[in-house]
Amino acid sequence: MEDKEYQEYVHAHAQKSNEFVTLLWAFCVGGLICCIGQAIGDLYKYLLSDWADDRIAMLTSMTLIFLGAFLTAIGVYDKIGIKAGGGSIVPITGFANSVVSPAMEFNKEGIVLGMMAKMFVIAGPIIVTGTVASVVFGIIYRIIEVAR
Amino acid sequence: MKVGKQTYLSDKDIYIASAYSLAGPYESKGAFREYFDTVMEDDEWKCKSHELTEIEMQRFTIAECLDRAKVNPMDCDLILGGDLLNQIVPTSFSARDFNTPFMGLYNACATFGEALAIGSSLVGGDFERVVCCTSSHYATAERQYRFPLELGTQPTPESQWTVTGCGAVMLSKKKCDAPKIKGFTVGEVIDFGLCDANNMGGAMAPAAAKTIVTHFKDTGRSPDYYDLIITGDLGRFGRDTLHYLCKKEGYNLDNLNDCGSMIYSEKQKAGQGGSGAGCCSLVFTSYIYKKMLEGSLKKVLFVPTGAMLSKDSALQGESIPGIAHAIVVEKE
Repeated sequence: MEDKEYQEYVHAHAQKSNEFVTLLWAFCVGGLICCIGQAIGDLYKYLLSDWADDRIAMLTSMTLIFLGAFLTAIGVYDKIGIKAGGGSIVPITGFANSVVSPAMEFNKEGIVLGMMAKMFVIAGPIIVTGTVASVVFGIIYRIIEVAR
Repeated sequence: MKVGKQTYLSDKDIYIASAYSLAGPYESKGAFREYFDTVMEDDEWKCKSHELTEIEMQRFTIAECLDRAKVNPMDCDLILGGDLLNQIVPTSFSARDFNTPFMGLYNACATFGEALAIGSSLVGGDFERVVCCTSSHYATAERQYRFPLELGTQPTPESQWTVTGCGAVMLSKKKCDAPKIKGFTVGEVIDFGLCDANNMGGAMAPAAAKTIVTHFKDTGRSPDYYDLIITGDLGRFGRDTLHYLCKKEGYNLDNLNDCGSMIYSEKQKAGQGGSGAGCCSLVFTSYIYKKMLEGSLKKVLFVPTGAMLSKDSALQGESIPGIAHAIVVEKE
């Protein structure tokens, strides 16, 4: 059997994810996390009615990051992730999970070269992409502004 | 005696004098729960890190295997073993505790087959007693090959679950009522260009097919010579693919099964089944060895399979080479 023929056989016969079920789970769990976020935001707005909206938004994000980190630490978030997939990775809680989980994992190699060095092995690409994108779009925005 | 291209059949008596199996907590809920000698109550086993747990697993299993055969570690000629971690740390470190000559091996999940092939050659020569041992641990393999344990990732349907377990056998010249290693076929590294590190069954199946077909061609035997042909950790998809590949070569393997496909029960969520260097050694030292001792299996072709990838090779876009060694185990 040739390499290509075998690769085609494996591609045709390997079990594939059920896209509908995967998407449904991601939609429901991702949506639920967003609803919880909205509820927390509304609660803060009610309790701290004299605060500006951007500060309320920041406080809401911080709360969600804490919840994501906390659920990772007690070993719950990975179990949600098995079912939810992208639904629990994409929201900000997933970002917290991707920072806290390597920090926990590599803690055994020491605080500096283990936890601190490897804390961003998963989240690193997201931070780099975010930073680069903000610089690029900032420049474009400035150019458009000047041109006007 | 060399037979054909790469098969060696021995007329000497090489006994698998004793075997010992140590299973992790998840494996102990699987299909072979009543066959394991010792079951770990948790993944840590009172150790500070999972790497230390795997070292302790190897040390414990080798010590119990020798103890079962009533052999002092000083009287054992050699420990042959391996595992999946970088620099085979668990195996090498566990050997610190024995005053026994030691050689470390690596053939990924096929290391147990490699150890049995080399061990039986040595015992067929001048060595008196050789211990073969391999292990794997879910947490240590996951951290090295994939992601941190607590990261919320979703496994693909083709992925497998690394077995937490360890199996050791002692090969000996001394006559006893135990299964014998009658020969082996050494496999080649086969690469069909698959790059999906989540589908290792697919990557390893051609290597297993090549070794098994070569074994039959070299020896002139047909598949029904054996009561059971059992591969290491192909998983359900890999096993079915192997069946298909052998059928294309004209060999119908009706008595084929796979340690990885069998080790977990239907209810356990483990993807295609178990994998890891400890998967086949655990099943061999528990289920297969005990079935052979009681006589319900007489002739077994045991084919541990390995996928020779590293995290870096996969990230660099390299395909996954596979290997498989076939070991002939018979009980009279």
